[in-house]
Amino acid sequence: MKVDFNKLDKAFENRVRLQIMSILMVNESYDFTSLKELLDVTDGNLASNLKALEKEEYIIIHKSFVGKKPNTNYQASPKGKKAFTDHLNALEQLIKQQKK
Amino acid sequence: MEDSKLQEDLASIRSMMERSSKFISLSGLSGIMAGIYALIGAALAYNIIYEPSRYTFGYEPQAGNPYLQSGVWEELVFSPTILQLLFIAFGVLFAALVTGYALTSRKAKKHGQALWGKTSKALLFQMATPLLTGGFLIIILISRGYFGIIAPACLAFYGLALVGASAYTFTDIRYLGICEIILAIMAAALPGYGLLFWAIGFGVLHIIYGSLMHLKYDR
Repeated sequence: MKVDFNKLDKAFENRVRLQIMSILMVNESYDFTSLKELLDVTDGNLASNLKALEKEEYIIIHKSFVGKKPNTNYQASPKGKKAFTDHLNALEQLIKQQKK
Repeated sequence: MEDSKLQEDLASIRSMMERSSKFISLSGLSGIMAGIYALIGAALAYNIIYEPSRYTFGYEPQAGNPYLQSGVWEELVFSPTILQLLFIAFGVLFAALVTGYALTSRKAKKHGQALWGKTSKALLFQMATPLLTGGFLIIILISRGYFGIIAPACLAFYGLALVGASAYTFTDIRYLGICEIILAIMAAALPGYGLLFWAIGFGVLHIIYGSLMHLKYDR
């Protein structure tokens, strides 16, 4: 049985990136601190993964200030949402094939 | 990529979708405790109301402008009976909130979910809107002598708060809310049994629901 791994999105091979996209799929937007708390990762790790998603144009970044503190919000782009859905479909296919 | 990685990926997607949008650290045990406090409060209130006293409780504002009988209801509103009942009501509320806070923060720590995070804020805001509206309305109406609306209004606004909050926490809360609303309508239709319905709604239902939630999610 040939299993097609090519349909899986390379950007989501990393667990943190996959989790970030999962969060942005069900929430309108999410801020850096809340993401960090939820994922339990370091600032640097989160920032580099966000940067990778930004490079793929999967997420949109909104920078603002709350008082004097910078507050960065992230939102899934239509492209990112489509990529995530495709990735999920590919996962589904893989699992179906393995069950056979 | 092998099987276990696939499974883990799916599990983490699911968990992140849920934990990022819902506050799932509400403690079932705190529901049980709140129910017990409510029943104790209702029993105390029953004694105060139905013990012989110089204030009859079947008081209802007469037809016409209640302001005209201000002497009567002012005496009633500030009577020892009403003050005692208010004292009990706030005592029950305070005890339930403190217990709920303690048990929920313990559970949140276990889950690794922030007690004061995005999801709990959304949940609190959603609940606070109907609860504060109801609370102010009830206090104003009590001060005008409309004691009959206390039980149905408490139950109705609480039920609405729960139905609204179900989007931000366990979906099961919705059914508790609907039960409270049904009780509220029954309480309004059967005046005179307010305390009984109040005890069922805030006492018995909380204990049943808290137990179900505890068995389903806390273990």
